[in-house]
Amino acid sequence: MEDQNKGFEAESNLQPKDNPRRDFLKKSSLLTAVALTPAVAVKAAENHLDEKVAAVFEKLSLDVTVNGVAHKLSVEPRVTLLDLLREQLHLTGTKKGCDYGQCGACTVHVDGHRVNSCLTLAMMVDGKKVITIEGLANGDELHPMQEAFIKHDGFQCGYCTPGQIMSAVACIREGHANSEAEIREYMSGNICRCGAYPNIVNAIQEVKNGGQKV
Amino acid sequence: MKQFQYVRPANQQGVLAAIAQPGTKIIAGGSNLVDLMKHGVMAPDKLVDINKLPLRNISGISNGLHIGALALNSQVAEDQQVKTKFPLLSQALTAGASAQLRNMATVGGNMMQRTRCPYFYDTAMPCNKRAPGTGCGAKEGFNRMHAIFGFSDKCIAVHPSDMCIALAALDATVLIQGRKGTRHLKFTDFHRLPGTTPELDNNLAKDELITGVEIPNNNFAQHSYYLKVRDRASYAFALISVAAALDIQNGIIKDARLAMGGVAHKPWRLTTAEQLLKGKPATVATFEQAAQTAMQGAKAFKDNAFKLQMAPASITEALTHAAGLV
Repeated sequence: MEDQNKGFEAESNLQPKDNPRRDFLKKSSLLTAVALTPAVAVKAAENHLDEKVAAVFEKLSLDVTVNGVAHKLSVEPRVTLLDLLREQLHLTGTKKGCDYGQCGACTVHVDGHRVNSCLTLAMMVDGKKVITIEGLANGDELHPMQEAFIKHDGFQCGYCTPGQIMSAVACIREGHANSEAEIREYMSGNICRCGAYPNIVNAIQEVKNGGQKV
Repeated sequence: MKQFQYVRPANQQGVLAAIAQPGTKIIAGGSNLVDLMKHGVMAPDKLVDINKLPLRNISGISNGLHIGALALNSQVAEDQQVKTKFPLLSQALTAGASAQLRNMATVGGNMMQRTRCPYFYDTAMPCNKRAPGTGCGAKEGFNRMHAIFGFSDKCIAVHPSDMCIALAALDATVLIQGRKGTRHLKFTDFHRLPGTTPELDNNLAKDELITGVEIPNNNFAQHSYYLKVRDRASYAFALISVAAALDIQNGIIKDARLAMGGVAHKPWRLTTAEQLLKGKPATVATFEQAAQTAMQGAKAFKDNAFKLQMAPASITEALTHAAGLV
């Protein structure tokens, strides 16, 4: 667990610097924010990028453990867990699909339960433990469910995959992976528009039947 | 999403004081409210997070079961006491939403969820529920999902819950806490018909808090069934749903409970059909008769006339399953 977190933390620190596209997106969203916010916010934004724009609004303190790493954060109440993960912690493995709780691409575990992070306000995970797709592998060793998705081709474009895998792990832990019909029912909150469903079911069944610890 | 303040009172007094202020809204699981806030349908000034309150327990009481308002939908669905004594409730909960949403949604929040009428959700359209006085877009619009019972000139929306249909059938009671004290409301009296004030979904006052529901013991556990008919096999709102519960002794129906979802602004209890079932043999012929009785007064709109056939067929189907005849 310790090693896994260290490796993971280092990677998340590197990500923004190494990703010019994300930097560009951040800067362009700053420009939009500058165009829409009152003068005081603009002034703050001129000096220190977009994180500071929100500082003129009310921010609250938030303690949350993500993939074993404790974070002390300050967030505006409007921030969802999904946006916190992607925009502040740079954990972009968790995907924003519909952003309205309909597709499951944003699925993460909060205190062991799978939830839609897009409909979870960040403030509501105060004091809780969040696991994202980045926290599933043990260092370089993939989680059995990740291995099974690769083996069974449980994806095409891959956009829904992090949510599918988080949901699939929970599905087995909950004890709802006892038949194909049950897997399909309990995985219905994760939409795959490439239609990889049969392969996803096969991957889950293999992990379940293999009896590996998930 | 409009900006808002966020508070998380440590106790019930704090919550009651906070929600008495104008512009406030309770948040529990947030699975419906955050969605509505993102759409701009609801825009509270302040959210009162009630998750610090000790209202998550499911516990046996002398005459039945008490379920705390903050018990999660998944927690209730999987609870052994619920599965044993009230399998109808467990089935209804499992038929609703997705595994992720059931891990977020609470019992109280499920009761408070708003309609999924597309005209309510689309802020560019008229809707008397969202913006009183603007008119109803659904009446002359696309109304395939809409009501066939109890609607008004102002609103033809339906209540989207599955859990509430089961609780209505099971004679549950809602426990409500206000600043002046506690009151109990029959579950079937909690939600209301739209009438001239469709902006009000239920009879909970602005400064009141749902603390739990109680379900009285019954003899229906052996013969109950929740049927949900929808556009896809899972994770969709009901076109029609039926909660059916029978007490059958020696082939004769001693007592019956029936409620329907997807047909009205509130869980639609079918008391006339229940009365008809009592004392009759538990046969498909009896169930068909009850289904026809239940449909008295139904009226369809342009796109939902199919419900006039689907509803009685679903009632018969649910009762047939409940009786163990299939």
